[in-house]
Amino acid sequence: MIDKTRASAAEAVADIHDGATVMIGGFGTAGQPAELIDALIEQGARELTIVNNNAGNGETGLAALLAARRVRKIVCSFPRQSDSQVFDALYRAGDIELELVPQGNLALRIQSAGAGFGAVFTPTGFGTLLAEGKETREIDGRQYVLEYPIRADFALIKAHRADRWGNLVYRKTARNFGPIMATAARCTIAQVSEIVALGELDPEAVVTPGIFVKRVVALPQNGALQ
Amino acid sequence: MNRLSRDQMAARVARDIPEGAYVNLGIGLPTRVANYLPHEREIFLHSENGLLGMGPAPAPADVDPELINAGKEPVTLLPGGCFFHHGDSFAMMRGGHLDICVLGAFQVSSKGDLANWHTGAADAIPAVGGAMDLAIGAKQVFVMMEYLTKNGECKIVEHCTYPLTGIRCVDRIYTDLAVVDITPDGPIVREMVAGLDFDALQTMTPVRLRMLEEVV
Repeated sequence: MIDKTRASAAEAVADIHDGATVMIGGFGTAGQPAELIDALIEQGARELTIVNNNAGNGETGLAALLAARRVRKIVCSFPRQSDSQVFDALYRAGDIELELVPQGNLALRIQSAGAGFGAVFTPTGFGTLLAEGKETREIDGRQYVLEYPIRADFALIKAHRADRWGNLVYRKTARNFGPIMATAARCTIAQVSEIVALGELDPEAVVTPGIFVKRVVALPQNGALQ
Repeated sequence: MNRLSRDQMAARVARDIPEGAYVNLGIGLPTRVANYLPHEREIFLHSENGLLGMGPAPAPADVDPELINAGKEPVTLLPGGCFFHHGDSFAMMRGGHLDICVLGAFQVSSKGDLANWHTGAADAIPAVGGAMDLAIGAKQVFVMMEYLTKNGECKIVEHCTYPLTGIRCVDRIYTDLAVVDITPDGPIVREMVAGLDFDALQTMTPVRLRMLEEVV
């Protein structure tokens, strides 16, 4: 019997190694897998490269992982926010590397990894600082920049419900990067509010098919939002 | 000098958004446009974090931290609205499916180059978000900004001195003094606030302007 269920967040993240590239879902705190991040902090892996849209909000979740000095580099589109004080201080001190990526290129590069592309020409960013030094090409009279996939060792995402095969459905705008990150990591770990029996998720409504998910963990509080 | 307030600018932009348009309103000033869209017009508001059919802010008791807009503020979903992931959301932008986006700006060049994401200051922490995707993706890119900086410098320039967001991407600029179209023949003034004459506007602008009537 295939059962991707893990008993705890700690068990789900136990093998994340030093130096791993870890995608973390969420847009701000919506969809951020807060309990998996807490378990990762507890677990102690260091020198991580984190891929997220932002660079932490307030003092919890991703911000706490940064504050614990576990992150060598962050790949994101929008680090600077009113409550990004943890990142801001690390960045100004030169204690974290930043790769700034336009948000759509971040999504595209994650999708490209998941879909097996070698690279993709995108119009976004052409002629800007964020495309400096990158290969460009004119195609049908329009200018494009060559962007390479972003792959990860692990993806930590948050969904609403799962079954033991790893099929996922999401809740409202907490979906954001979850479905695409799930495709781009060697090992995707989803925290959910509830794990239901096979067949209980409407197959027409499954957003992430279980093939993209290795582990699911049910956390009734699931970010304390339900 | 007579100027439109920020709310009057938002109301002015809202007038030009037609029934049936798929529209993204940028963070900050453009978000206010939503307050002035007439209820009888069906307009689809898109938010980069994965929703179409975005409604107004909820009552405090109905706030859901998993239902937010691009500015991470609580919003609602209108009947018929839907959710999708980031790949689809940015395909809507990059793929040319959005009819209009409204963005703030530091500067717009006479050729429609846009600078709105980074001051370029050495100590500034850069953040770009979805600005570059919106700038090159929407069928029409509207900019909403004050005509002059606080120091009195015109924000319509020959060449942007701030880092660019996109090249030749702006179609129209709504300001507190005038509405200006960016055309292959340069900036064309569509309208000005009451009491402002063209020569006065030209005097504060470092690039050559033309009035719409001159052109036709």
